[in-house]
Amino acid sequence: MDNKSLKTVGSPSLEELKNSPSFPREEDFLRGPIAVIECIEEIPCNPCQTACPKGAIFVGKPITNLPKIDFKKCMGCGICVAACPGLAIYIKDLTYSEQEVRISFPFEYLPLPNIGDVVDMVGRKGEEICKGRVTRINNGKANHNTVVISATYPKEYFQEVISMKRL
Amino acid sequence: MNKASIVIIGGGPAGLSAAIEGAKAGAKVLVIDENGKPGGQLFKQIHKFFGSKEHKAGTRGINIGDQLLEEAKRLDIEVWLNTEVCGIDKNKKIWGIRDKKQSFSIVADKIILATGAIENAVKFSGWTLPGVMGAGAAQTMINLNRTLPGKKILMLGSGNVGVIVSYQLMQAGAEVVGIVEAAPRLGGYGVHTAKVRRAGVNFYTSHTISRAIGENCVEAVEIVQLDSNWKPIEGTEKILEVDTICIAAGLTPLTELAWIAGSKFVYIQEMGGHVPAHNKTMETTVEGIYVAGDVSGIEEASTAMEEGRLAGINAAASLGFYIEKEQEERTKIVWNGLNALRCGPFGHKRKNAKDKILASREG
Amino acid sequence: MTRILKHPILGDISEQKKVTITVDGKSYLAYEGEMIAAALFNNDIKTFRYTKHHHKPRGIYCGIGRCTDCVMIVDGIPNVRTCVTPVKDGMIIETQHGTGEWKRGGQDE
Repeated sequence: MDNKSLKTVGSPSLEELKNSPSFPREEDFLRGPIAVIECIEEIPCNPCQTACPKGAIFVGKPITNLPKIDFKKCMGCGICVAACPGLAIYIKDLTYSEQEVRISFPFEYLPLPNIGDVVDMVGRKGEEICKGRVTRINNGKANHNTVVISATYPKEYFQEVISMKRL
Repeated sequence: MNKASIVIIGGGPAGLSAAIEGAKAGAKVLVIDENGKPGGQLFKQIHKFFGSKEHKAGTRGINIGDQLLEEAKRLDIEVWLNTEVCGIDKNKKIWGIRDKKQSFSIVADKIILATGAIENAVKFSGWTLPGVMGAGAAQTMINLNRTLPGKKILMLGSGNVGVIVSYQLMQAGAEVVGIVEAAPRLGGYGVHTAKVRRAGVNFYTSHTISRAIGENCVEAVEIVQLDSNWKPIEGTEKILEVDTICIAAGLTPLTELAWIAGSKFVYIQEMGGHVPAHNKTMETTVEGIYVAGDVSGIEEASTAMEEGRLAGINAAASLGFYIEKEQEERTKIVWNGLNALRCGPFGHKRKNAKDKILASREG
Repeated sequence: MTRILKHPILGDISEQKKVTITVDGKSYLAYEGEMIAAALFNNDIKTFRYTKHHHKPRGIYCGIGRCTDCVMIVDGIPNVRTCVTPVKDGMIIETQHGTGEWKRGGQDE
């Protein structure tokens, strides 16, 4: 696989992600909150597999295998989000509400937003896509300073949004 | 003290891991480090490491540093800080200076060189101006000295060091204006480049720095596009306002002591240039002198720790602390760990390069 | 302000014990035990020396004591690597020109 966007722009295109073994299909998203792993390059790494309490993520050997997710097992708990050293995992919930979807993504910058804040949601190239509202900030000890922020935003931008703009 | 069984020069990830394995085997080890604190570059690596559980994956470099120091303490490993080694000879006599005052010499049964590496420079007009610095230097400033080297930064080099330090500069509160890469494709892991890209950082592939602008310090930088023969394309110059330029253009092993000791060397470009030829136990061509970590070929902290363990186990075994079978078993476990890190498109190149070093030693 | 007081991974640092250093005759405050280079950056000083022949400015380059680009005259001793030498109260630091010169009154003779 060429991964042209990843290796020139710096981030993968949706097309490249869809070609990777772990990227969810429409029917997977309809199940509820699930983990999305944007890890499309074979690097030696498997903490996502070790972290998953449901055994839903499989890397196997060699550890350079791309992770695979069994969406029947994934509950969207988000433990893998803070465990991924590459900050390449987020949880997305297409079923959050009629108009809105929800994302929980890793965030390692200061300042942190407050719950209820309206923030700029960004896409893979850092481009501002829409406004979102922060609903949860998880800075638990097990995260080791990788804060997981949850935010809701309009359904029409479901695939494009992956993070928020730094404050 | 003028005799020691295993002396380890350099107390970074490789050296500490070597010391821990040596001490676990029962050998009396001494770690010598020129800095005021052991840990080498681990304490500026604030990101979570890759690998798997046995490589401490998911743990930040700083925390791995703490773990190694705790273990070294528990094993009662002696560490001489602020101690510079100036020379070693074939008879494994080490001499140097402690606390910038007092010379010493000590004879070791085995020596493990874990001296690390230094960042490469890239020359362009104005590259000596204050404000141009190694990416690792900027990382030291922010994560160890808690000091921002600048507010608007341009990074040269998109390998893992370039992108990781760019990310950490943003975490420290700086703005990264762009990352310039001479090659048409980015060098670092995609997860790292994606992380800085979504933070809004632009990558300039097929570009290089044509000049740093400023009288007494960096005030701006001019970048230029390169053609397929790496030649600047006239008319594509672009000026970016920055106060700091960081250079992440690879590292060179710090091999002085291995040269002085008389080891055979082999030139492997992918490993950073001249590296001491060594075998699978990390022993150089000088009997009883081992290497581990970046000095034996540029890789990363995870592999450095494994190589340190190899050197520690085998130095101790050669002193009789392990019987052959134990030595083989322990060595094999570490090699399995190393091989796990050296696979995939990135690791494979390093594996091939390492194999060349091993082949040169056998031949 | 170049000092990083808040950090998402390393946590916050509170104000620390300050010491006074003198740089080219002027007094500055520094945190006790920080490297000279960091103390100077935090006081907006980025030029540490001038080269011998062309009198070009130099600052820090490698930050880990290998390249010697950042050397200055410290307490009368020239060529001190400021990136790996911690400040002490009352330290006298001078911009180095060329290879510098030894001055009387150096603490370590």
